Amino acid sequence: MSEYETIIGLETHIQLNTTTKIFCSCKADSWDDPPNSNICPVCTGLPGVLPVLNERVVEKGALLAAAMQAEIQPVSYFDRKNYFYPDLPKGYQISQYDQPLARGGFLDLPMPEGYTRRVAIHKLHIEEDAGKTVNEDGQRLIDFNRCGVPLVEMVTGPDLRSAEEAAQYLMRLRQLLRWLGVSEADMEKGHLRADANVSIRPEGADYLNPKTEIKNVNSVVSLRDAINAEVERQINQVEGGGQIEAWTLDWDDNAGVLRKMRSKETEADYRYFREPDLLPVRIDEIQREEILAELPELPLERRARFVEQYELPEYDADILTGERGLSDYFETAAATYGSDPKRVSNWVMNDVLRLINDRELLAEELRLTPEHLAEIINLVDASTINTSTGKSLLEKVEDSGQSPAEIVEEEGLGVVSDEDAIREIIVSVIEANPDQVATYQSGKTTIVGWFVGQVMKQSRGKADLQLTRSILEELLTK
Amino acid sequence: MQIYELPADMLARLIRTREISAVEALESVLGRIAEVDGRPGSLNSSDDDPEDNERVHAFINLTPDRARIQAEEIDRRTAAGEDPGPLAGVPFTVKDIFCVKDTPSTAGSKILANFVAPYTATPVSRMEAAGGVMLGKVNLDEFTYGSSNESSAFQPSPRNPWDLTRVPGGSSGGSAAAVAAGEGMLSLGTDTAGSIRQPAAFCGVVGMKPTYGRVSRYGLIAFGSSLDCPGPVAGNVTDAALMMNTIAGPDKRDGTAANMPVPDYTKDLKVGVRGMRIGLSSEYFRITYFDPVTGEFDQQPIPEEIESAVLSAAGYLAQMGADIVEDVPMPHTKYGVPVYFVVSRVEAASNLHRYDGVKYGYRTPDSVDYLPELYRKSRAEGFGVQSKLRILMGMYVSAAQYSEQYYNRALRVRTLIRNDYEEIFDPEGEHRLDALLTPTTPTTAFPIGEVYGDSVLMQYADQFTVPANHAGVPGLSIPAGFAGDGLPIGVQLLGPDFSEAKLLQIGMAYEMATQGEEWRRQIPRIE
Ligand SMILES: [Zn+2]
Repeated sequence: MSEYETIIGLETHIQLNTTTKIFCSCKADSWDDPPNSNICPVCTGLPGVLPVLNERVVEKGALLAAAMQAEIQPVSYFDRKNYFYPDLPKGYQISQYDQPLARGGFLDLPMPEGYTRRVAIHKLHIEEDAGKTVNEDGQRLIDFNRCGVPLVEMVTGPDLRSAEEAAQYLMRLRQLLRWLGVSEADMEKGHLRADANVSIRPEGADYLNPKTEIKNVNSVVSLRDAINAEVERQINQVEGGGQIEAWTLDWDDNAGVLRKMRSKETEADYRYFREPDLLPVRIDEIQREEILAELPELPLERRARFVEQYELPEYDADILTGERGLSDYFETAAATYGSDPKRVSNWVMNDVLRLINDRELLAEELRLTPEHLAEIINLVDASTINTSTGKSLLEKVEDSGQSPAEIVEEEGLGVVSDEDAIREIIVSVIEANPDQVATYQSGKTTIVGWFVGQVMKQSRGKADLQLTRSILEELLTK
Repeated sequence: MQIYELPADMLARLIRTREISAVEALESVLGRIAEVDGRPGSLNSSDDDPEDNERVHAFINLTPDRARIQAEEIDRRTAAGEDPGPLAGVPFTVKDIFCVKDTPSTAGSKILANFVAPYTATPVSRMEAAGGVMLGKVNLDEFTYGSSNESSAFQPSPRNPWDLTRVPGGSSGGSAAAVAAGEGMLSLGTDTAGSIRQPAAFCGVVGMKPTYGRVSRYGLIAFGSSLDCPGPVAGNVTDAALMMNTIAGPDKRDGTAANMPVPDYTKDLKVGVRGMRIGLSSEYFRITYFDPVTGEFDQQPIPEEIESAVLSAAGYLAQMGADIVEDVPMPHTKYGVPVYFVVSRVEAASNLHRYDGVKYGYRTPDSVDYLPELYRKSRAEGFGVQSKLRILMGMYVSAAQYSEQYYNRALRVRTLIRNDYEEIFDPEGEHRLDALLTPTTPTTAFPIGEVYGDSVLMQYADQFTVPANHAGVPGLSIPAGFAGDGLPIGVQLLGPDFSEAKLLQIGMAYEMATQGEEWRRQIPRIE
């Protein structure tokens, strides 16, 4: 098996998160809406209507192009892609063909194994989505809500060498799209869809064999599974003396199998020609500068900076830059805290992330601000509260929106380091538990942990741990 | 004089000053329609009624109830001291290629015969907002594909009011026939290759193809999207200017509509032509066509009486102080029709894709269980022969293996045609023309049935009008007398982009100069 090399190219369709559709003023996102509720004469292609370009689509597309290191074209054109299908109401899709919005570009994929795969972008253009066809009870039902939803189509070169790399590409792309704020990139909702072109060749060969196209892969896991299944099928086919034909395959997620949709011997002729109803898209130098000015520090750049500037391990830097909001959160907390960024990183990665996941929030939506987090860590450092109180404070701040200091004050959460008070609790615990005392005195001194727990329980976690231990040992050995 | 004979400009003034009511004006025009129009075009008209040959048949759908509501509203507003607008109470018709909310919008095709538009085209709503009263929809060639109106699925097709055995021209034939016959003072037409100017010339009325983008195409059922221009058909130059005032202008629903302010076209209409440079080109005094056997160019001079109508117009303009510049080279004029055959058909084939029997319009009554069969049958039964010819040719010349040879080549020649105009209108150039004066058509209106079916010959009738559509420049056709056969002759003025005001000024100067001529007093007799 190891003598074959896998060659993969990905074609992705990215739904931009504009408020309205690309050529009309209908709402773009219809996820929660009933079929055919966000439609108008324009997006349903009634006779006589005309498309009018939503400038936000161009801006978001161009921002993505800039982030992919692609060259934004000063002039690009829309073209008609002609074909018949019931969910394509005009009988053509308005797309871009030979003069797309941007050319070139690439995405670097740092692989867990340590190497970086650079994936070239062959094509990046904007277009409208078609509707959705559902077959039900022998009827073909059409939902036009998705007609005219703005898409960016991005096609990679045949540069990916494994299902794992393809999965990485999709994850990094999803991260980038959210980072830029151009797409929600929710694969479950079809905001990011991928088709994979897969072929194999003998290791070391420099030619490309016929490829198959896998459609309908709508999660990172499906993409990985579908490619692995197809590579295995192709190897078996070739090993068995067969040939690979240019099929289009459909990935059945539930069954976990590929199904042949059609043979692809003849390319469809879409009779592309310039869309006469739309003017050329012009992006002059000033607009280009404005778009580039909006380009934030990108995830991989920030990841490298975190390693360099905060001396974080790669692992920490990768997780902290998973989302732009989280990385901003960390930076603000680290700056407020002032010293030892790794300590802030630990709190963010262990505790803040759990809070984010439990409550299904984004970092920027937390009421627990990065300043609050820094304050809590400072309170722990100063032994005003102990670590476990600090951790429970995170939730309390999030619930109430009050500052940590206020809560500590109000609820009396400060550490009890008054020796008499602790000694009093310990005496009562010892008196109430003669059996455990006997166990300890018979030599099983590990039971001291149980006593610590009892003391903490009675002090509501406020007893100073060191002090508790030393008093316990003193009184138990008496 | 009857109210229906009044020009729009005068009628609007009389209604605004409450000397005539809008309802009175409407009833006068409805009466005229009842008298001369005969039965409207319909899909089922196999039986030839001899009376058909004595009527105009401009209409597909007359909507008098809708019109009465509008007219009553105009009268209510004038009574309340409000100004209903510059078209106050003026009855007008709309070529049935525009969508008008809640009315059938058929495009003259069986495939859209049952389509009721849920919205109104921008130029129509602008005319209504200016106080115009919409009478209904007038006939046209199917999807505007033709120059005679004979290809309409709705028969009988319109007749020429000057001679009911002749075609009114096309594709805005219903519009021109209606205005000429007193069935509404104004009509909204469209011009893709001459479809406003040619029927205007055939019917002895004024027709303007504005600069591409000057009038919004929103709501115009598309033929050749890069060529289509909505524009006015009117009884005289002043009325055309008045109508341009209301329909022209930017539109947020049409990205190709020009974002330029609209001048008042009626304001300096009578400034005259002193000092203007008006050109004549020999390319517009002959028809150049390709011999179908040898493929070589052949030429034929246009009839002498049409040439002399143009030269006579030049003479009037010279007398009023215009400089006439002769021998203006327009070398690519002869390619206008072949280029049009390619460009318009590629766009038309694509524009017709949406009529598939799935969403609206005609669907085959046969039960089919295979989707492509539904498409094939619905389209085969719903489209007429002209649509099918355009689909076939459009598909052919845009196919991947032919598009370089045909479509892309045609686009390059289109640029050359545009360059011809840019050169002669260049204010720094050799000719520095304000306008080019040409015949509108090489012939007068042809007899019904004579040229129909021979689509090449019919298309060559567009040779003098179609270059302006390729170039996007404006053109105005005005009546210039009659030929020996008693049919009107039209002359055309072409100018640079957005020179509509100047073309109307020249047209107005000619109209005023010929006001005393005997032919100006002729009216069509329909009986
Ligand atoms: Zn819409």
